[in-house]
Amino acid sequence: MTHRTIKPAPNIVQGTPLDAKALKRGKIFLNSYAPALRYTWDTGEAMGRYLAELKNGRLIARSCRKCERVMIPPRMFCERCFRPTDDWVYVKATGTVNTFSLCYVSWDVRRLKQPEIPAVIEIDGASPGMGILHLVRKVAPKDVRIGMRVAAVWKPPAQRTGSITDIAYWMPINRRSQRTVSAK
Amino acid sequence: MNERVAIIGVGVMAARPSSEHLSFKEMMFEAAQKAYADAGIDAHEVESFVTCAEDLTEGISIFDEYTPDQLGAVQKPMHTLTQDGLYGIADAVMQLRSGLVGLVVVEAHSKHSNLENPNSILNYALDPVYNRPLDFNPHVIAGLEMNGFLHATGITQAQCAQVVAKNRTHALKNIAAAYPMNLRAEDVQSSPYLCYPLRDAEMAKSADGCVVVVLAGASRAQPSKSRPVWIRGVGFTNDSPTLESRDWIDAQYIRAAAAMAYGQAGIKDPVAEIDLFEVDDAYAYKELQHLVALGIYPQAVAAGRAVENGESGAAGKMPVNVSGGSLGIGHTLEASGLYRLAEIVCQLRGEAGPRQLPRAKVGLAQSWRGVPTTSGAVVILGR
Ligand SMILES: [Zn+2]
Repeated sequence: MTHRTIKPAPNIVQGTPLDAKALKRGKIFLNSYAPALRYTWDTGEAMGRYLAELKNGRLIARSCRKCERVMIPPRMFCERCFRPTDDWVYVKATGTVNTFSLCYVSWDVRRLKQPEIPAVIEIDGASPGMGILHLVRKVAPKDVRIGMRVAAVWKPPAQRTGSITDIAYWMPINRRSQRTVSAK
Repeated sequence: MNERVAIIGVGVMAARPSSEHLSFKEMMFEAAQKAYADAGIDAHEVESFVTCAEDLTEGISIFDEYTPDQLGAVQKPMHTLTQDGLYGIADAVMQLRSGLVGLVVVEAHSKHSNLENPNSILNYALDPVYNRPLDFNPHVIAGLEMNGFLHATGITQAQCAQVVAKNRTHALKNIAAAYPMNLRAEDVQSSPYLCYPLRDAEMAKSADGCVVVVLAGASRAQPSKSRPVWIRGVGFTNDSPTLESRDWIDAQYIRAAAAMAYGQAGIKDPVAEIDLFEVDDAYAYKELQHLVALGIYPQAVAAGRAVENGESGAAGKMPVNVSGGSLGIGHTLEASGLYRLAEIVCQLRGEAGPRQLPRAKVGLAQSWRGVPTTSGAVVILGR
């Protein structure tokens, strides 16, 4: 069997190489625009209560009496039953790592020596599979495991703003004392 | 294949200048519950969902990802159109006529009060090379068009002011309206210019709100169960958007969209065959320009006279925007067209209460997506 090499078509259109100098000298027309986009979001009932409770150092959920799920973050409607949810339920600030990743590149594309550890944490007292997405710290990346028990580390009350970041991070629970800990 | 499509349920939230007590999801849930109760259906029966939203006004990219939970659309076909709600109706009609689905839901809402600098978002819609560097207030496009329109047609500024007075007065009878006011044309004419010849009071103020509509194929829309209002025609088109060479006098996009809708509905003489009109009035002159493009007046100047002599008022022979329009209800972003559609449904069912027109058998709802677009839709409904 013969093997034929396909010869590429001759490059008729010659490209113009660009470098930083060409840009600086104004040899190229440039048009740039920085949009001034600013947003707020009404938190409404469910999100509003959730954030207010975070400021208090507590996690709150909503329950649906029909499917008997306890949902966190709370919502005023059950997406499975398509009906309003019924009750506010405080849940614990401890949980179990459902899944995690080790992120070696920051959001602005810097390489990180110590990876960030985003994790979905199933909350104790909420229904199975109900978790919140947050960060795990105070653990060597090689030691993080799915199924690991973790506890919220709260910011000091004066620094809390009613935000998901009122929890500074989550850390592994000391097996002997499964208590919630506070950041210094 | 379903030959006919009906609206069998409508859920309308009252439009308000702000709505901080509800998140956008809670707002959608409330309107959806109303619509499903109105249609007498369970959310689980719905086979397909359409939402109409623009990422830049939501402040969330890929906004369609945030819509299923609160509509009962989890694990169902769902997509978002970056268009006014009447395009969503056209989308639903096509899905139903294809015969693939029998029950479709369309949603649109506004959380305009959450936008900190809406003019920047509007500015972002301008051509980045030719127009944006000029750094003008984007509402000036309405000023340019109004000037061209009045100059060419002989319609007066006073007649445009009359549109504002009419619609805001109509809104006095609409509990869902955010800006009802017993206003006279003189009051409007004493308002300062926004961009000549357009005055401040002639631009619809923004409002928050949400509308959910349930549509069904003929086999599902049994009159005994659901008070169906039939969709007789749907049209939507765009004109050239280029500011440098667009038509500044005639709303060609509505002329073409209306031709599509009239053709489907078999309407030859819209004045004789349509009882009420809910048309876009984002700026007062737009109501007149859109009515002209809908072919209501053989001479454009007659559109101005009709508002002056009360013909297009609630008690007139051809009522326009008895709901209060966007000037009275408030402009609700992509939900604007659905508020107009909801008014027609309400009137055709005979459920409009103090606004009820004595004769309401066929109605027309029309939308425009606002500056700088030339994008419009027309829906004709019949009992
Ligand atoms: Zn449930």
